[in-house]
Amino acid sequence: MVFEYPVQGGDFTNAGTVSSKVKKMMRQLGVDAGVIKRTIVALYEAEVNIVAHAYKGVITVQLDSDKIYIKLDDEGPGIPDINQAMQRGYSTASPEVREMGFGAGMGLPNIKANSDVLEVHSVVGKGTTVEITNNF
Amino acid sequence: MEAQESFHHALKFKYDLCIGCSHCTECCPTAAIHIENGRPVLDDNRCIDCGHCYLACPVHAIYIEQDDFQTIYNYKVPVLLCPSIFGSQFPDKVKEKDIVAAVADLGFRHIYEVEQSVDVIKQLLSKKMQDPDRGMPVISSFCPAIVRLIQVKFPSLVGNLMLTKPPLDLTALYIKKHLVETQGVAPEDIGIFYVAPCAAKIAAVKSPVGDEKSPIDGVINMNYLYNKVLRRIKQGDCPPPPADLRMNILSKDALLWALTDGEISLLKKGRNLAIDDVHNVSTFLEKLENEDIDDIDFLELRACDQSCAGGILCANNRFLIVEKQKYRAEKSPAEVTVKENGLLADADYLDKHSKVGKVEPRSMDKLDNDISVAMRKMEKSISINKHLPQIDCRMCGYQSCKEFSLAVGSEKTDIKRCVFIQRILEQNARLSTEEALQIAYQIWGTDKFNPDNIADLAIE
Ligand SMILES: Nc1ncnc2c1ncn2[C@@H]1O[C@H](COP(=O)(O)OP(=O)(O)OP(=O)(O)O)[C@@H](O)[C@H]1O
Ligand code: SF4
Ligand code: SF4
Ligand SMILES: [Mg+2]
Repeated sequence: MVFEYPVQGGDFTNAGTVSSKVKKMMRQLGVDAGVIKRTIVALYEAEVNIVAHAYKGVITVQLDSDKIYIKLDDEGPGIPDINQAMQRGYSTASPEVREMGFGAGMGLPNIKANSDVLEVHSVVGKGTTVEITNNF
Repeated sequence: MEAQESFHHALKFKYDLCIGCSHCTECCPTAAIHIENGRPVLDDNRCIDCGHCYLACPVHAIYIEQDDFQTIYNYKVPVLLCPSIFGSQFPDKVKEKDIVAAVADLGFRHIYEVEQSVDVIKQLLSKKMQDPDRGMPVISSFCPAIVRLIQVKFPSLVGNLMLTKPPLDLTALYIKKHLVETQGVAPEDIGIFYVAPCAAKIAAVKSPVGDEKSPIDGVINMNYLYNKVLRRIKQGDCPPPPADLRMNILSKDALLWALTDGEISLLKKGRNLAIDDVHNVSTFLEKLENEDIDDIDFLELRACDQSCAGGILCANNRFLIVEKQKYRAEKSPAEVTVKENGLLADADYLDKHSKVGKVEPRSMDKLDNDISVAMRKMEKSISINKHLPQIDCRMCGYQSCKEFSLAVGSEKTDIKRCVFIQRILEQNARLSTEEALQIAYQIWGTDKFNPDNIADLAIE
């Protein structure tokens, strides 16, 4: 089963709606609560990254009887150095933004910790693709 | 492992009174009710006993099961255990001593208020909140409808529930111990009767979540007892009660406990929130589950607006109850000593017996135990839902197009129950008027389709 959800950059009020829908479906399938939780944390952080850093994006969710595969494709500035972006605490957020409590640089590390397989690809000036796979 | 046997419910239908209007179907926060043959059918695994349906029913066809009042006479020492808001149900003219005298005259030998154990529980709560391994947030287990809501709708949060007995159970434990040890009453002679403000509390007494057996021997609906007591007071000339049949002095904190903010106002540190009304709670937990909100230490969640003052079995208006309760609290001491509240002497004993067993998740969403079967059902439901009109008219007998699509996808019902699908089939001569009528009978019964119903209407 494949589902597609559009995401709008800058639309913080709706960040999390895709996570809610995916959570509900995983529950209907009877997926283990721990796996649901990991998946939702990863998806939520990745969804927020599109909202915070990109212009717009599409989330594709593929549900199978043994795994969930999620692809987050965005049009945006891209990430110049992915290894660096993956470090805990690394963020391009300005000091003012950090002052407000945003941009802890924990999003990507959290996604990593909560996915079985994670792939991040990016082209500067074009966009970023994040792929998450979690096995049931 | 998920618990298999289903919940006990205190909400029951009187099918002879029911007019099959489906208001109960519409308002249920867990979509637990659908209509079959003109009558509501309850899904036992979904219902959380919140009582929204009880309030929505226009003909009082939903009632809350209670024990026969006469059973109090089966005990040598019948004890009335009421939430402190019981007193706030009465008109201002009625004084505490009038209530006590009437309760005695009805046959009770003692009266206690549930919140007597709050002064012990608040210690347990602050101890829990100091525990570094407590997890975030700790969710109060005071309201049994909320505990069940979390079990069925937010199973991943079950581990956050505080596993401490509510005041009701601890006070009842104390009463038994106290009467046995200080007055030499045989345990089997003591009958503790709880005055319930809602269906959820009754359900929790009859089948305690995560616990063995309740120390309560019987339940009486609060509005029922209110009527009985008020009538006795109005008849006048109640004999004075025995000297030891009286209300204890409760602390301010204890009196405010069952109102909104009652628990969190005791927590001096951290981020603690109080949310009331089951829909508000659902919205909030949905957000919490997505990890959208962090750093919250404690959540006080109650299914009724204004918490227990809004309990469906209350006799007075919820806002007037809150006002009256706060007035009583204002006149009460901030702290009580063991002299005023004998229960404090048994604090260690109650502390030792305060734990409840594990609460199991029991997700209502799961479509099948076999994931590939669940997958098939889900696929089918999604494709069906795409073809439904999304106006949620309930003519199919289900709460919404979405709920109906899930029932069809799970092969629990037939797609032809949708009136829009029927019209399309009729248009293509694939369904006869007779067949459509038969389907309508299955859902709504035959009464509503009686030709006599239009005899008096001047229809051209
Ligand atoms: N979709 C994206 N498009 C462009 N840049 C991104 C995207 N996702 C992440 N980044 C870059 O990677 C950095 C690290 O991302 P990460 O999610 O770990 O931290 P953050 O978003 O800055 O802060 P936090 O997620 O803790 O609020 C970001 O600061 C941003 O520069
Ligand atoms: S009590 Fe609540 S959960 Fe149960 S059927 Fe009524 S509205 Fe639904
Ligand atoms: S609300 Fe439910 S129980 Fe009450 S009359 Fe209507 S269908 Fe019957
Ligand atoms: Mg981020």
